[in-house]
Amino acid sequence: MDILRFATAGSVDDGKSTLIGRLLFDSKAIFEDQLEAVERTSRDRGTEYTDLSLLTDGLRAEREQGITIDVAYRYFATPKRKFIIADTPGHIQYTRNMVTGASTADLAIILIDARKGVLEQSRRHAFLTTLLRVPHLVLAVNKMDLVDYSEERFEEIREEFTQFASKLNASDLTFIPISALHGDNVVSRSESMPWYQGPSLLHHLEHVHIASDRNLVDVRFPVQYVIRPHKTEFHDYRGYAGQVAGGVLKPGDDVMHLPSGLTTKIASIDTFDGPVTEAFPPMSVTLRLEDDIDISRGDMICRPNNQPQVAQEVDAMICWMADTVKLSPRAKLTIKHTTRTARALVKDLHYRLDVNTLHRDETATSLSLNEIGRVSLRITQPLFVDDYARNRQTGGFILIDEATNGTVGAGMIL
Amino acid sequence: MLQHDYTTSQLDVLEAEAIHIMREVAAEFERPCLLFSGGKDSIVMLRVAEKAFWPAPIPFPLMHVDTGHNFPEVIDYRDRRSAELGARLVVASVQDSIDAGRVVEETGRRASRNRLQTTTLLDAIEEHEFDAVFGGARRDEEKARAKERVFSFRDDFGQWDPKNQRPELWNLYNAKIRKGEHIRVFPLSNWTELDVWDYIRREGIEIPSIYFAHTRSVFERDGMLLPDADVVQRGDDEPLFESLVRYRTVGDMTCTGAVSSSAATVDEIIAEIAATRITERGATRADDRASEAAMEDRKKEGYF
Repeated sequence: MDILRFATAGSVDDGKSTLIGRLLFDSKAIFEDQLEAVERTSRDRGTEYTDLSLLTDGLRAEREQGITIDVAYRYFATPKRKFIIADTPGHIQYTRNMVTGASTADLAIILIDARKGVLEQSRRHAFLTTLLRVPHLVLAVNKMDLVDYSEERFEEIREEFTQFASKLNASDLTFIPISALHGDNVVSRSESMPWYQGPSLLHHLEHVHIASDRNLVDVRFPVQYVIRPHKTEFHDYRGYAGQVAGGVLKPGDDVMHLPSGLTTKIASIDTFDGPVTEAFPPMSVTLRLEDDIDISRGDMICRPNNQPQVAQEVDAMICWMADTVKLSPRAKLTIKHTTRTARALVKDLHYRLDVNTLHRDETATSLSLNEIGRVSLRITQPLFVDDYARNRQTGGFILIDEATNGTVGAGMIL
Repeated sequence: MLQHDYTTSQLDVLEAEAIHIMREVAAEFERPCLLFSGGKDSIVMLRVAEKAFWPAPIPFPLMHVDTGHNFPEVIDYRDRRSAELGARLVVASVQDSIDAGRVVEETGRRASRNRLQTTTLLDAIEEHEFDAVFGGARRDEEKARAKERVFSFRDDFGQWDPKNQRPELWNLYNAKIRKGEHIRVFPLSNWTELDVWDYIRREGIEIPSIYFAHTRSVFERDGMLLPDADVVQRGDDEPLFESLVRYRTVGDMTCTGAVSSSAATVDEIIAEIAATRITERGATRADDRASEAAMEDRKKEGYF
């Protein structure tokens, strides 16, 4: 059994909570005591139906204000897969949460109300999903029951969205007509829409192929921690621990160390459970090398004939996440990229992107909370980077404010 | 050429993620510690720590906040397991906090030291200058926890501010803090109760005996079965009876209920949990029943 991480975007009005509630309920991931608590609260508030959003809105402020503030993680499993849902609020002021939820997602579900069609926010959600390179996108056209399960309406929406998506580089796009409230095409195929020949949403989630979404070509091993036991039994042991960020490593492989450029071979790939014959993402392992090279945290191990860029200047799309401070040229920030932390200077803001229209505003002089733009950064030490489109692990970074220590930006290297 | 499709099982993915988190903490903080209570989640966390640094020993001490109301079988296990690993165990005692006048013991039938633990925990973090504290909490346990970060920032009062959390992207964790602040780290955030049990089975890890079905003298309160013990105050209207029970969570004797069960092996426990329709905290924890936001409120004060 493997894991599929997916993000859901949409507002309460689109029926997102109802959809999640149904997936959890039908897979028996909602328990009786949770449901009782939700029913009790719904009754106390005088709501006519059981408000399943109460299951996901975990904080007092969220329940009091009836809004979702933060990313909530939910878990369910079927005999085929374990699922991790990053449930993100849909409003524009929560772009930062959607970006956060999408950063680790294999798939994103964007909900569209069949009556309303493709709205500005649907376009925004699709844009953010593709910006974060979520490999699979599902457009769930919800509330089909309210448009008489009309094939024509579904096709209209599909066409409109496909046209928009062609501008985005959206990869794998799947459209599913559903009614979350009645369960049509959620877990099993709907009898009300005989014209729809595709899978139910859950069937799609269970079967979508994600193993090849990882980069298994470019060997990237950011050194995270050096293991030196200082025990008699392992007197000369020196292992480089980390999580494989790309490619497949095997004992005997020629490898190169960056920044030194020195080459050696992998002597063994160690784990607590014994040595392994290969390591690939997302395994956490410990490498031993044949030669003694001075290697520390923040360094990179790759193949001599396939190296990342060694860059002190990078261009990136930045999503700005700070409430109070803005991002503007000359700003100095801490950058964390793989296991390396350095300082970055914002050299240039090329444009700010309107996440609704995709218009590039080249006159922009700063980025505020939830705004996205293209910047050039100069960094105090070289980073070992790939394009984000090629590798999400070696192409993504975070920016940290040096005064508040808050995480204020997410970057995707171009 | 690819020989196979490089699929990774759910437990391997979760373990690799937890190992990555632990190494990140060991690399970025000066004085981490790992909260070890002898409960199943902290047992799994400790196994992951063992794996993360092997063949080196775990590079940080373990800490237990001992309320004095713990099950003796669990304290026994705690001491045995720490000794086995050669780990340093720091025991922070709630009784000491009471004796020093830092907290006042609750009185009455429902008296519990659950809430008092927070002060003891925060005092110990300050005394030992711990800057990162590993906890075994999981997001599937409780809805406030579902929104908590893996690296959860605490100010110099130990408080959690749920509305002002640091965004967490990819596998990049922000470890920056000032002196006096700390980070609570939850490597098992994405594990479910069933994952924890599947892992215990796969790894063949020993767990305290009270997790398995045994005959115990109990009484019923609020639909929960509480044990007959010196520290638990029982009324005359709460008669004792013998019952075949096991514990699904391990906390204080005063507020942790047993469930009726005949599960005598890990396999039987897994079968039982897969079929249950009640959450582990709903079934067994009086401390979470206080109100809709009981956990959130305690967490804001600095609770685990």
